[in-house]
Amino acid sequence: MSNYFRITDQFISVENVVNKVVRPESGAVNTFIGTVREFTKGKRTLYLHYDAYVPMAEKKLAQIGDEIQGKWPDALVAITHRIGELHISDIAVVIAVSTPHRADSYDASRYAIERIKEIVPIWKKEHWEDGESWIGNQLETKSYPTGKPEEEDLYG
Amino acid sequence: MVKVLLFAQFQEAAGRESVEIDAAGHPVSHVKSVLKENYGILELDDANVAVNEEYTNMSTELKDGDTVAFIPPVSGG
Repeated sequence: MSNYFRITDQFISVENVVNKVVRPESGAVNTFIGTVREFTKGKRTLYLHYDAYVPMAEKKLAQIGDEIQGKWPDALVAITHRIGELHISDIAVVIAVSTPHRADSYDASRYAIERIKEIVPIWKKEHWEDGESWIGNQLETKSYPTGKPEEEDLYG
Repeated sequence: MVKVLLFAQFQEAAGRESVEIDAAGHPVSHVKSVLKENYGILELDDANVAVNEEYTNMSTELKDGDTVAFIPPVSGG
């Protein structure tokens, strides 16, 4: 299964990730593609640099796959995240989820990207027009009163 | 010895990817103090910590050969 959850420093082929989850049992394949955005709140990004703790990041991606199979037992998931220098509109992450019916594939895909932003050790450095900075957590769906995930968020 | 991996802003603050610290028998919090005092990594309070690639907490006791990683707030996706 390790091939299903990968960190790479190469261009990601969307089709290759999708093909990992296509199977006779599935009637839906939901594909999420995360790309590099040029403007964030009016500020121009020139390029990004992603860093990762690669072996742990792949393990945590696989953990997300396990969590999804716990919640949606018929789902099959593949996730590839790219690291290194990425430019505007480059693909940073591809998540493919296949399920028998479409509703679960949407839900599981959303779950996967939110969990990536909580537990997978990958960091993004923004190279702006006027400087650079490492980006802290970008969770938009929940707030952490202590400024970081609590232990239960890390273990799923 | 314990190997301590540094990433992102911590790596830049220390100017290196990893350090070896004699921390066997000590809790993770000891490593945190050493990183602050000897390597100038000051923003560790918002970090999570992993030992041997699994998240844990500051009270975990370290053994010889463990790999500790300080994980700044993640921003993948």
